[in-house]
Formats: sequence, C-alpha cells, structure tokens
Amino acid sequence: MNVELKDIHKTFGAVHANAGISMDIPGGTIQGILGENGAGKSTLMKILSGFIRADQGEILLDGHPVSIHSPADAIRNGVGMLHQDPLDFPPLRVIDNFILGRSGGLLPGEGAALQDFKKLAGQFGFSLDPQAYVDSLTVGERQQLEILRLIWLGARVLIFDEPTTGISAQQKVKLFAALRLLAKQGMTVLFVSHKLEDVEGLCDSVVVLRQGYLVGSVKPPYDTHQLVEMMFGKEVTLGARSAGCAGEVAFSLRNLAVEDYRLHIGEINLDICHGEVIGLAGMEGSGQALFLRAVAGLVRTVGGQILRGDRDLTGRNYHFYKRGGVAFLPASRLEEGLVAGLNLTEHVILAEEATGFSINWEKGRQLAQSRITEFNIHGTPVNTVESLSGGNQQRTLLALMRVPLDLMLLEHPTRGLDIESTIYIWNKLKERCQQGTSILFVSSDLDEILQYSDRVLVFFSGRVTPPLDVSTLTTEKLGELIGGMGWPESKNEASVHERKPVA
Amino acid sequence: MKENQWLKIGFQLAAIVLALLFTTLVLLMAGASPLQAYLNVLEGIFSSTADITNVLAAWIPLLLTTSGVLITFAAGLWNIGIEGQIMLGAVFTTGALRLLENSSLVGGWIILLGFLAGLLGGALWGALAGVLKTFGGVNEIFGGLGLNFVATAFALYLIIGPWGRPGIASTSGTLLFPTRLWLPTPTNVALSPWALVVGILSAVLVYFLLRGTYFGLRLKAVGKNMRAAFLLGVPTWQYSMYAFLLCGAFAGLAGAVQVTAVYHRLIPTISSGYGFLGLLVAMLINYQAIWAAPIALFYAALNIGGIQLPIVMKMDSSLSGVLQGILVLFVLMVEGARQRLFEKR
Repeated sequence: MNVELKDIHKTFGAVHANAGISMDIPGGTIQGILGENGAGKSTLMKILSGFIRADQGEILLDGHPVSIHSPADAIRNGVGMLHQDPLDFPPLRVIDNFILGRSGGLLPGEGAALQDFKKLAGQFGFSLDPQAYVDSLTVGERQQLEILRLIWLGARVLIFDEPTTGISAQQKVKLFAALRLLAKQGMTVLFVSHKLEDVEGLCDSVVVLRQGYLVGSVKPPYDTHQLVEMMFGKEVTLGARSAGCAGEVAFSLRNLAVEDYRLHIGEINLDICHGEVIGLAGMEGSGQALFLRAVAGLVRTVGGQILRGDRDLTGRNYHFYKRGGVAFLPASRLEEGLVAGLNLTEHVILAEEATGFSINWEKGRQLAQSRITEFNIHGTPVNTVESLSGGNQQRTLLALMRVPLDLMLLEHPTRGLDIESTIYIWNKLKERCQQGTSILFVSSDLDEILQYSDRVLVFFSGRVTPPLDVSTLTTEKLGELIGGMGWPESKNEASVHERKPVA
Repeated sequence: MKENQWLKIGFQLAAIVLALLFTTLVLLMAGASPLQAYLNVLEGIFSSTADITNVLAAWIPLLLTTSGVLITFAAGLWNIGIEGQIMLGAVFTTGALRLLENSSLVGGWIILLGFLAGLLGGALWGALAGVLKTFGGVNEIFGGLGLNFVATAFALYLIIGPWGRPGIASTSGTLLFPTRLWLPTPTNVALSPWALVVGILSAVLVYFLLRGTYFGLRLKAVGKNMRAAFLLGVPTWQYSMYAFLLCGAFAGLAGAVQVTAVYHRLIPTISSGYGFLGLLVAMLINYQAIWAAPIALFYAALNIGGIQLPIVMKMDSSLSGVLQGILVLFVLMVEGARQRLFEKR
C-alpha cells in the first residue's frame, strides 16, 4: 500500500513537533525513519496510526485521502503500529491477545482464530505457543505476536517504533527476515530507529527528521557520516571548561552491573572525582537512566560495588544515600519530582531537614521566596506546583536540592528551559562543583553534554564506553557512538581502557 | 479571585437546594407530606433539652470517626475498615472493663484503662488493614471491608459465647455494666462531659496535626503523590501505616465512648454506622478539617431528628440517611460540574 503524508503539522504548546512533513512511501518497501530523541519521529508515527491527530495536513493511502481519528480507524484503513513498549495484556494468553482487537461478534470464535494464528506464525517462522501467557514471553516474542495480530486484522502498513531495542541477536535476525517478507508481500514497512547500523542494513530508503523538520531523504548506499550530520546538525563551538578531575576520588563504581526487563549493563568501572561533571549520553532507554537510578539507590544493582572512599554503600536504599548527601533529580517533574496539589512553600519545607514537630510557616514562606528569587521562578510561595509552567517546574525541582551535597544525579536537568535559563542553571551547578560537589547527568542534548561535562559515558543497547575525556569528542563522534557506530568488538570495553585518575 | 469564591459558594448552595428538592421528591413518592416531615425532623432536634443532648451524644463518636478518616484521606487512603475498628475498640474496652470489674481499682481508673484498651484495639485493627495493604498488596477498601465482617463476627461470637449473659443465648448484647463503670453524667442529662471533651479534642488535634506539623505535611505529600514524596525523602509506607494506626485509634476511642457512655455493654451494632457517616462528612467538607465539627454536628442532628419520623408519621427513620447521602452526592457532583465549566486546564 502506498502511503503519502502531505504537510503534516503538530504542535504541543510551544514545541513544533512536526513542521510540515511530507513524504511518499511506495508499497513493498521498508522505509527507515531516523532522528534523535524529540526529533518528531514518534509524533509523526502516532499521527499516522491514529493515536494523536495532526493540527494540519493530509494522509493518503493508495492515493485516497483518509481521516484517521483513532487506532481503530487506522487498522480499518490497514495501518497498524508496534509500539516500543508492547501494548499488550500480559495476564492474558497469547491467543486471547491475538483475538482481542477484532471488532464485532459476541463469541470470540477461538477455534478459527487459532487456525489462522498457526498458519500465519508458520508463514513467518515464529514459534509461539498460543496457550502461553504473555507475561512469560520475551520482548521479541511479544513483538512477533503483535506483528501476527496486526496482519490478521488486515494491516497493510506496519509501523515499527524502535523494534530492535531489548531483543536478542537471533530475534533480531528473525525480525528482519519477517520485515523483508512483509515488504515482499507488498506491505509497507515503516522502521523508526536511532540505530544507524539497523537502518543501514535493512531499509530501502531513509528519511531523517530533526527538530520537527524533515531534513532529507537518502537511498543506499548509505554514508554514515552524512546520516549523523543530518541527525544532529553541524558541529558546535565549545566553551572553556574546568580541568576536570582534581585528583580526589569521591565515589568509585567497581564492576557495577544493573538490569531491567530489557537491558543488562555490566562491568561499569568509574571513579567520580570531587567537583567533576560526568555526562551520560545515549538514546533514551539505552541504560543511562537505569545506571543513574542505580547510583541513587533507587534501582537494585545486580553486581559490583559502589564505594565512598573505603565504605561499601552497595545495596543501601535511596533514603540512606539521600541522608548521606546524594541527591537525585527525576526527569518526569509532576510524576516523580513534585507533588501536585502542594504549593511551593510546602515543597521547600518537605525538601529541607525537619526542625522539630510543628512547622514554622513564616520561615518556610521566606525560604520559598528566597529560592523563587534565586532560581527566577515565575510564581509565588502559595502557587501550587501544577499551576507553574514546565520550565518553572524544572527550576523548582532544582531549587529544592539541598545545600551542601556530595553528589548530584540529574536526569535532563535543563529540559524545557530556554538557552538563557540553561546557562544560568549550569552556572549555579558549576558553583556547587567548585565547592566539591560531583555531578552525573543524563541528557539527550549533545551540545549540553559536550558543553558542560568533563568526561562522558556513552550508552548503547546495554553497552557503555569507558569514560571519555570530552576534549577528545566532537558532536559527530558522539553522534556516531550514540547511534552504535565505532564501538569496539569486545564486550568488556568499559573495563579495558578505563582512564585512571591521577593519584 | 474574589469572584471565584462567590461562584464556589453559589454552587455549594445550589447543591443543598438540589439535595432538598430530591429528598422532597422521594417523600412525595412515598406519599408523605414533605413539609410535615422536615418540621418533624427539626422538632426532633430542638424541642427539648433531651433532644439537644442526644444530638451532642451522637456528635461525639461522629467527630472521632471524622477526625480519624481525615487522617487516612490525607494519606490518600480509603479507610472503609473504620466500622470494624470501632467494633474492635468497643470489644477491647468491654474486655478491659470485664477484666477489672471486680478489682479494687476506683471506677474512674477502670474507665480510663477501658479507653486506652479501646484505643489500642482500634489501632491494631487499623494496622491490620495497613499491613494487608503495604505488605500483602490488598487494596485497603477490600481489606477493610473484609475486616469489618470479621470484626462483627468476632463481636457476635463474644456476645453469644464467652461473654454471654448466663443462661441466655441471645445476640442482643452483653450484661449491663454496674453504674460505677459508666462515664459520669450530670443528673437528668444523658450526656457525658468527659466524652464531649474527648470528641472536641480529637477534632482540634487533627486540625493542628494536618495544618501545622511536618507529620501532616508529609502525610499529604504521600497522599497526593507517593512516588514524589518518596524521592523528596518521606518514608512512604511507614506514613501509610501511621495513618491507619491513628485513624484506628480514633475509631477505637469512638467504640470506647459507645460502651462507657452510651450502651454500657457490648452490642453487635455498637458502631451504629458512625464510621461510614464519618467518611461521608469528610467527603462533604472536602477533607478540610476546619469544617469537621460543624458539619458533623449537622449530621448528628439529622440522625437524631429522624428518630421522630416513625413515631409521628409512621415513616421509616432512614429519611435522614437519604438526605445525608444525597447531600454528599450533590455537593460532589456540583463541584465537579463547576470545575468542568469554570476551570480550564
């Protein structure tokens, strides 16, 4: 089926997520869609699959304009999407999940569905037990189930959002074979990814999105450097930075291993020096957030040690670390960082050490007012946090961090802030560094990583680089590493070339 | 800002009018004269000093339970199990009184120990719901409901079995305690000033706890966003447990009051629905502790006023219950409508 998008626009508040995107994808091809986080890939795909509606623009399938208002509309028109996190029902059986999306009928008609299921599965070489419960399946198997389901429902256009994250190498081979088979059968496959290697190996054509715009379309043979430059833009000029590690090690990570249901990251060795800033780069979901949370004591480590001087802190909980001067700043402001319904004064009081039993509200209000002034928050002490704008919520989160701290663990510290505020916030953070605070921060903004870090760790699919001195990095090199290019073959690279701190 | 306040008050008044209209409709359908019914309710509240003291006597346990659930609501918990917590409080108080009945202690001391036992019993039963929730993953609504049934069954067993009246197998209640174990009342008044003090103190205490203390602020943070509260350094599950313990303690005190000041024995219906009514009051006042006392008094008055109806009009006394429930529903509904219409998000 031929898919044509014409001048698609979508804005979220001030963010122009899709700014006039047009593309034409012939049936029977695999179209790669490449871009960094926030480039607008997911928005575009969600518009095509009916999860969100475009502000403006047209979708044509085989030359006919269609209006897609819901995922059900999309599948009726033959468009199905596989989400990065499978949207299925883990407590149900495979066959139940298979049948669930079908409309009409009082009885599920399991017998006939079972036959179709087996036939389709055989066609693609998937070995799935229809009676198994979905929560016993791997991510790869859940993808296979989803592919079968969508095809059975009549999908002729299939969208895959980052499908190679969290699946095994064999499953990836199977997935790619299935995708090629789909294309051969005349279906249109849209392959959304940030992994250059996957895109280059699979796609018949690649478009690159950056900051809501379609910056170009490329056909094979692909030039990796060109793709990286299209994804991240031109190299930026870097400002001056401090010398980095002053020599004294504050925290050491020894062979640290962390994992979640899709990733395992092992063998992380890192000495964090006093006053040092370490940037954690990588596409979202590559393990950097998991690592940061493990160091905060929020996620249990599965191996290795976290040392503070000679003291082993491994396995201690979050509140233990917090009392010891380790602060964590979450990325999702209203979900994890702030309490909707409470005002700024109440937040400031909650974040500070309690003094006695009853609260001195006047003192709390004054403290809140001084933080508001210091961090330039547009609000008053009695404003509830949810009434603030996103940028002001971010400033509030930073304003709640206690003084002094030994280690700050920041997820996207300046997300949603304008350039001026970003510079201001980083000046404040650097002031803390001069007093000996170390900072580990996750950011998807390469400029921010290169501008403010002393050293950088790059994460990719459960692998971590050794700490890289930022002076050896360029936007391009970093972009390649994030996209999975230029990695050594060895799985233990983190322990191999670790930079030893000067004693 | 100012305009908003008036709008809010206007909507609240509308809710009351709507609730009255709806109740009137119910009365008309039942074939009764609405005006007559309302007058009878009013008469039941105000016609004599006995009526007024009855209202105050009903106010005490309602104040205690409302104070209790304000704490659990602040922590984001639906303590449906409060009825069982009242029951266990009453059981513990009765147990303590029975144990000490023949001791050489002065009556006042025995009553005081009975109160402490009641507090303990309620708190334990509350903690059980909390443990089920925190460590067993059982939603407090289901856990509380189940524990309510268990509490009632346990009380019935005691009343028929070990604590039964000699020679009689009856579920109507245990033997009356001797008057020296009754909370003292002034002559000719069926209201214990001691109990009244306990009730009023509870409301004052909870008001200050929620408004002016670190404990109250942390409780609210846990109730509004457990994850963020945890990241801000609040030990969240511990605070949930404190909320259950405290609410249970207040409910247990209500049970103790019912035993020592009202019934002077253990009966199967000793909670008299004050736990559920406390939940209603807390919802009606939108969890603002400052309103707990007046609105609880209003609800207690409705309870007592309704008693007149079966005698005078041969109607069921549940009319008050209808009005109480409908009022909460309309206030919540109208508030929801106001937010939808006037607060753009």
